[in-house]
Amino acid sequence: MELQLSMVDGSVCMKDSAKSEISSERTLYPYVTGTSIIGMKYKDGVILASDTAGSYGSTLRYKSVERIKQVGDHTLIGASGEISDFQEIMRYLDELILYDKMWDDGNSLGPKEVHNYLNRIMYNRRNKFNPLWNSLVLGGVKKGQKYLGTVNMIGTHYEDDHLATGFGNHLARPILRSEWREDLTFEEAVKLIEKCLLVLLYRDRSSINKFQIAKITDEGTTIFPPYALKTFWGFSHFQNPSKGAAGTW
Amino acid sequence: MFRNQYDTDVTTWSPAGRLFQVEYAMEAVKQGSAAVGLRSKTHAVLGAVNKAASDLASHQRKLFRADQHVGVAIAGLTADGRVLSRFLRNECINHSFVYESPLPVSRLVVQLADKAQVCTQRSWKRPFGVGLLVAGLDETGAHLYYNCPSGNYFEYQAFAIGSRSQAAKTFLERRFQEYDTYSREDLIKDALFAIKETLQGEKLTAQLCTVAIVGEGEAFHIIDQQTIQEYIDAMELSTGGPDEEAAAAAPPSAETQEGGEGASSEPAPMDI
Repeated sequence: MELQLSMVDGSVCMKDSAKSEISSERTLYPYVTGTSIIGMKYKDGVILASDTAGSYGSTLRYKSVERIKQVGDHTLIGASGEISDFQEIMRYLDELILYDKMWDDGNSLGPKEVHNYLNRIMYNRRNKFNPLWNSLVLGGVKKGQKYLGTVNMIGTHYEDDHLATGFGNHLARPILRSEWREDLTFEEAVKLIEKCLLVLLYRDRSSINKFQIAKITDEGTTIFPPYALKTFWGFSHFQNPSKGAAGTW
Repeated sequence: MFRNQYDTDVTTWSPAGRLFQVEYAMEAVKQGSAAVGLRSKTHAVLGAVNKAASDLASHQRKLFRADQHVGVAIAGLTADGRVLSRFLRNECINHSFVYESPLPVSRLVVQLADKAQVCTQRSWKRPFGVGLLVAGLDETGAHLYYNCPSGNYFEYQAFAIGSRSQAAKTFLERRFQEYDTYSREDLIKDALFAIKETLQGEKLTAQLCTVAIVGEGEAFHIIDQQTIQEYIDAMELSTGGPDEEAAAAAPPSAETQEGGEGASSEPAPMDI
């Protein structure tokens, strides 16, 4: 979390001494962050899921952060990483959709176009050493065509049938690789997603037991209200934890 | 139109509320050699007459590709047309770069029209002296637009511009209502027939015209001369019109192959 770009520091320092006392306005590290996003295509469209946590370093500071949002009629975006940068991205995208709607001409930007626009922004910011510190998943359906893509703070972007960010790449994608199918119904897809979310809840310390699922089909978008999953902690290993070392915690 | 004291610059209104410079620019379009356009639900065709300044010269290019899915035919000041084609290509490629997706034709023509409008409201500019027929395909189907020097643009099922375009328009007016369901081949044939109308007596050969098409599964491209000649030959073999039912009410279709100057004896203009 506390990554420092030391070469950036060096060049910034030199610039500062040449200019005045104005401090650097480049993103150096994230502050309030969201953890994984999971996305997958299913029979009728695309599903995105995330938890609603906003961590402040190792503190689980905010517990009701909506990290999945709608963008226009055809797209959903989920963000992990710096929450304030996600809010900035939403401002860009809302403006983009607004101007698109103002044409009022029967054409509209689909998820592919939004993804590429976002990729341009992310890559250009990275080239200026001032990234928007996010990994984003974009899913959508337009005219029956399902789309699922990702883009991150260094401008890497790609599409797939199922995607994840952060820890989700290591914990959720293996499950999806073996159990995902093209023709999952919505209920089956939710079950599969919940399986992944549960693993992330157990194993990712930045996650909380409060999840949001969002789906998008040709008919429209639904972002479901947050809910919790049932967890099980009754493993024998957790019973009497100080058995082998009295006084430990 | 006659000269008057309100026609010197484009930013002077006449008392009757006219901008004469803009109207004179539209006259320039009427002086250019003809261009026609027609479209169905899935395809759009552009055609132009290739008029060379003299037998020694090659003809000017009138059809330009702006992107895989859009092309234009111009009539009027070809130099202005080239500049605008470059603008169209630029707009298309900029959009493709940011959105990885073809620029919708309706948005392209609005940008073109706005550019033309600017030149009607600056004292140090002049209107573009060229009319453009923009043909393209996007997710809402095939489209044909006409862009004026005035900055106006209109969508058409079929249209013709340039000198003697009225003859082509008369022909198109009789047929355009069927065009939505026309096949690609029939569209090309009608485009050729419309071009033939503007020639008024001259024999139509593939060297005298250029035809381009864009449609579903087909990027914008100029059809090669040989294929065009085959279409022309197929047309003239039937009852003088592009299809049999037009025989009843087609006045200029009574031309036979002997009419007009023998085109084959002329020095062949340079290939496109």
